[in-house]
Amino acid sequence: MTQTISLTIDGVAITVVDGTSVAAALSLTSFPAARLSISGQPRPPFCGMGVCQECRITIDGRRRLACQTPCRAGMRVEREAELRSEKHG
Amino acid sequence: MNAPDAIVVGAGIVGSACAWRLAHRGLRVTLVDNGRPGATAAGMGHLVCMDDNPAELALTTWSLALWRDILPRLPDDCAWRDCGTLWLAQRPDEMEQALRKRQRLADFQVRSEPLSAAALTAREPALGNGLAGGLWVPGDGILYAPKVARWFIEQAGERLTHITGEVVTLEEPRVLLRDGRRLQAPVILLACADGANALLEEQWLRIKKGQLAITDRYPPRLNHQLVELGYGASAHAATGKSVAFNLQPRPTGQLLIGSSREYDNRDPRLDPDLLAAMLRRACDFLPWLGELNLIRCWSGFRSASPDGQPLLGPHPHRPGVWLALGHEGLGVTTAPGTAWLLADLIAGNATDIDAAPWLASRLNQQEVNP
Amino acid sequence: MDELRCDIAILGAGPAGLAAALGAAASGRKVTLLDDNPVPGGQIWRDGPGVSLPKTARKLRAAVSENPNIRVLNGARFIACPQPRTLQYERGHDSGILHWRRLILCCGARELQLPFPGWTLPGVTGAGGLQALLKQGLSVAGERIVIAGSGPLLLATAASVRQAGGKVVAIIEQTPLHRALKFGAGLWRWPEKVRQLVGLADYRWRPASQVSAALGDDRLTAVRIRHAGGERELTCDRLATGYGLIPNIEPALLFGCPLTGTAIAVDDYQQTGIPDIFAAGECTGVGGSELALAEGTIAGYAAAGDVARARSGFARRERWRRFARAAESAFTLTPQLGEICTPESLLCRCEEVATGAIGDAPDWYNAKMQHRCGMGACQGRICGAAARWLWGWPLSVPREPLSPTRIDTLANTPPPDNSE
Repeated sequence: MTQTISLTIDGVAITVVDGTSVAAALSLTSFPAARLSISGQPRPPFCGMGVCQECRITIDGRRRLACQTPCRAGMRVEREAELRSEKHG
Repeated sequence: MNAPDAIVVGAGIVGSACAWRLAHRGLRVTLVDNGRPGATAAGMGHLVCMDDNPAELALTTWSLALWRDILPRLPDDCAWRDCGTLWLAQRPDEMEQALRKRQRLADFQVRSEPLSAAALTAREPALGNGLAGGLWVPGDGILYAPKVARWFIEQAGERLTHITGEVVTLEEPRVLLRDGRRLQAPVILLACADGANALLEEQWLRIKKGQLAITDRYPPRLNHQLVELGYGASAHAATGKSVAFNLQPRPTGQLLIGSSREYDNRDPRLDPDLLAAMLRRACDFLPWLGELNLIRCWSGFRSASPDGQPLLGPHPHRPGVWLALGHEGLGVTTAPGTAWLLADLIAGNATDIDAAPWLASRLNQQEVNP
Repeated sequence: MDELRCDIAILGAGPAGLAAALGAAASGRKVTLLDDNPVPGGQIWRDGPGVSLPKTARKLRAAVSENPNIRVLNGARFIACPQPRTLQYERGHDSGILHWRRLILCCGARELQLPFPGWTLPGVTGAGGLQALLKQGLSVAGERIVIAGSGPLLLATAASVRQAGGKVVAIIEQTPLHRALKFGAGLWRWPEKVRQLVGLADYRWRPASQVSAALGDDRLTAVRIRHAGGERELTCDRLATGYGLIPNIEPALLFGCPLTGTAIAVDDYQQTGIPDIFAAGECTGVGGSELALAEGTIAGYAAAGDVARARSGFARRERWRRFARAAESAFTLTPQLGEICTPESLLCRCEEVATGAIGDAPDWYNAKMQHRCGMGACQGRICGAAARWLWGWPLSVPREPLSPTRIDTLANTPPPDNSE
């Protein structure tokens, strides 16, 4: 049986299959971007393997790569405030 | 190509500013650069009023006044910010140092304002509550020096010819380049840092290695350049390795963190111990820094004269050879003053500030009268 | 900060690293495998929800985890070399220094990405990137997906997409049909590969074609395809691009290892030009997992001093090197791809530097200093490789830290160790 775990992304609870990366979990939210580019364009994960740095995101208070970080129960994932307000406000 | 009126060796911020100023004075200038990164590429890019002695204060004050005419014309990518400097006191006794500094600055009509611990946190809340106070110098700023150097060259117009080549021999009025080219001019101005040692067959310049670190982009948290009041003690230590806290919030949202000093080490590789000490010093002042990501660290080489002050003006006994050397960590701040001073001296004009403290002839006198 | 010691450190736990670890540990050496990914296997054997790994991968992983001489540090990024014969790493909320006597670089390869209009739009990923994200749990069920670029990896990505319930709209391959056919005709020499490629065959594969633009406002809605002088648009939800693989040489450059072409130079025993540093797998030249396994095994034995067993792997390695050469010539990139990289295409994604903006820069150094190209968090890993392909600028020697690192980690680097 597949195990599931719960975490929050921008304060919203989300349940994923154990082993899912934070990058994959982002695609389950209303918008898959991890961050905004310097001109304000949304940027989702790109290389998927820890090279391009596009998916850096705040995980439990630290900026890390979503694609190299497996989801853990109780994890807090937070995107930049601008991105949140753009997509949820 | 017609022979130029002046050859400037070195296209860092100092050489570029000199070439620009000379071209504006009507000289045809050839600027020669070896294309290798120098202190301009590696440094922090601060415009800071330094007051370790009256001559230095005169030069930095005058240079900052000249900068104020230049800055509004710089394109955005030169990243000039009018952020001012907060000199930070960790201990109460350092506040006395701040007050003395204020007096010295006031003597040169430079505005500054002592800040109590509460006033300091009000001005820069991210500093937290651990400090004794500080001194705010609102006239200081920051910029991105490699772009500004390029701007000087572009602004000089047709009178300036910029070539890439390595000057290997100086036989005034000629210079010989490694690729065999020869250039000739009645004025040869050396702005090539410690590269001048070989050309002059002197040992006037020593290098002081420095290391810097820059963070990823973050939402802005700081608004001023931050420097510890103990900076001078580190900057003037003549031996060993030292660190002093200096931090700039860059317009990108990155934090540029310095500083370290080490004499006579030409190895460009990072010294991880010294980097660690420098970062720990920064975390003493801003404990929250520890959680931020650094994306790059690098080293660079300041060049310093035996007495730590720049060598500006004519070579003591080689007519036609002019020096703009040994700016150490103040090349960006004092580039315009250097350029104006040299242009006046070369033209035989009166200078706006006293040139005597900067003449290289002082080195010979020191040798005679130790 | 942890301080760990080992006889042989291996950087990278893909096929080469796993094979090297087993080879080195067989002689009783204490081995530590350091790897950036959450679990061993590299990119080709990346594990995740619903992934069923091939038997070879499962066997190797099990053998490594059961071997008492092998310690595995997962999720550990190599960031610096603060003293000779060390690897400093950051791992989750922790960091450490690994002291080694011998080092085997098994850093693998990454996808070459070439800039084109729209390639930063949400919906566009790397081809290997999409495959990796699928293995991490990304859902693409019902989505229309275009896969573009060059090489066999496009077919593997398409297979992963189909398996995940996505619809492959087209596979856009830059190489001309005759080259691909020639490659296919020679494959009888490697029957294992014939079986693999037959399983991957896809009628939507389009040779001699290129994606010239990704279209859409705030996310991808279509792509523009070039073929035989004409252009057409395909509606899709996702685009996955990759122009083949390039060796990850940054750690080798940091250690001063000489290169051959774009890969780390090694001798018959997988020894680099620097004493006590070996290299194996795709960082020494792209060639697939079979070649990486062969090289890794040789490197492991050689680093442990077991010359005889190292030699016994030479023939197997040579067989797969021939395959690598055949694949390389089949998928050589056409210079025409330079045309899709229009002046307004972003070269540097991090700092948003357009290709046209650095047109006057004579070299990478000036592109960086004057235009901020490569100054962002990826440190030029993506744009530096694109610039090398476009203009021939070599990758610069990386600076420490090799990837973004917490200030706390570098502030607590232990002082030099004088105990030995």
